[in-house]
Amino acid sequence: MSLSALDGGFADPPVEAAHAFRAVLQALSRPGRIERIAGAAPPSPCSPAAGAVLMTLCDPTTPLFLAPSHDTDDVRAWIAFHTAAPLCGPETAQFALGTWGALQPVGRFSVGTSEYPDRSATLIVEVETLAAGGARLTGPGIETEAALSLPEVDAFRVNRARFPLGFDCLFTCGDRVAGLPRSTIVAEG
Amino acid sequence: MSDTDYNFAYLDEQTKRMIRRAILKGVAVPGYQVPFASREMPMPYGWGTGGVQVSAACLTPEDTFKVIDQGADDTTNAVSIRKFFEKTAGVAVTEKTAEATIIQTRHRIPETPLTEDQILVYQVPIPEPLRFLEPRETETRKMHALEEYGLMHVKLYEDISRHGEIATAYAYPVKVEGRYVMDPSPIPKFDNPKLESAALQLFGAGREQRIYAVPPFTKVVSLDFEDHPFDPSKAPHPCALCGAEDTYLDEVITDDAGGRMFVCSDTDFCARRRGEAA
Ligand SMILES: [Zn+2]
Repeated sequence: MSLSALDGGFADPPVEAAHAFRAVLQALSRPGRIERIAGAAPPSPCSPAAGAVLMTLCDPTTPLFLAPSHDTDDVRAWIAFHTAAPLCGPETAQFALGTWGALQPVGRFSVGTSEYPDRSATLIVEVETLAAGGARLTGPGIETEAALSLPEVDAFRVNRARFPLGFDCLFTCGDRVAGLPRSTIVAEG
Repeated sequence: MSDTDYNFAYLDEQTKRMIRRAILKGVAVPGYQVPFASREMPMPYGWGTGGVQVSAACLTPEDTFKVIDQGADDTTNAVSIRKFFEKTAGVAVTEKTAEATIIQTRHRIPETPLTEDQILVYQVPIPEPLRFLEPRETETRKMHALEEYGLMHVKLYEDISRHGEIATAYAYPVKVEGRYVMDPSPIPKFDNPKLESAALQLFGAGREQRIYAVPPFTKVVSLDFEDHPFDPSKAPHPCALCGAEDTYLDEVITDDAGGRMFVCSDTDFCARRRGEAA
């Protein structure tokens, strides 16, 4: 393990995790809203936002899939030290991290069961841009309509069609995060 | 106990992560009850340990925290929980609904409309709305999975044939976003219309180990029938203290001779109205 793997964690874990969680909670409760999420400095290509999400939600009880875009020695070592989340394949992952392209095909991630729809994957999707424009979003958490720069529309339409089953997404970019729960209805912008 | 004997907001980080993951799944599937491993809290179950655990997982040091018990800020239960987080999380506390960022509640929704910057955390005794129809968890879980809510409607309709109306006055069942039937906790049905809110609403049941959520602006419909539409009903009196005609009222005994009056259950709302009138 390189020494850098030991760096870049939360300086004050209980407080920074609390802030990071509130950012994620706001983001997922209000699809389209972009929140700042800070405190983590993971190795490239992992964004600070994705690092903070991992540190806030992942631990030895949450199998994590690293898509090829993020499956590097440095990222593995950093995640092992700061979260101890066991790495796994996409089918059994509770969390997955990668670019949208590297996470494909997303059909292999768990969508839960009809009795336990919560037993589903959360995808942490690293994106180059994150803006309140593009695809049109409606549904829970949105008063009228919101907009978010999604990497595509069809995959989220398919995901919504099997509600209450489905995966949930957190889009991360730099130190910002946005959420797209399975409940959101997505249309072309 | 010194200030260093416990973690921020009392719970250890691994427990908070587990609760936080459950909250996020609850948000993603509005009205669905997410199982979680409830922890022992330094207070009895009847004191809302589910709500306390949800609050602990959500609080940041910058929050302003309010606790109400049946609308009042000054009951033993409300005061204890407020003090607990004042001490363990160092948060500011308030009795003013408008100033709070997180409000933990037992059995009421504040009269003051909530905003996008607020989270309402409910203490829930029995999270399963179908429990009185079916005691077995495996069966109620199947009924939710298959959207088998016919029995619930039959029960409500039996009320109508027996009493001429739906007799359920508290914990009146709702359907969330057209999918899950949900118990809104024992709030009076008067509060049901307020379940459609700009605030995020989180529900924690400690003994039953369930967390569920209603995201902002989620459609929440009280179950009813075309010929018997839902009626939130209220007592036909204004508040004896502030004169409000549109609030939920508690009947209070005023003297040994059995004198009584009806006053706002939401003590902050009532006090604010009286302050403004003065
Ligand atoms: Zn009053």
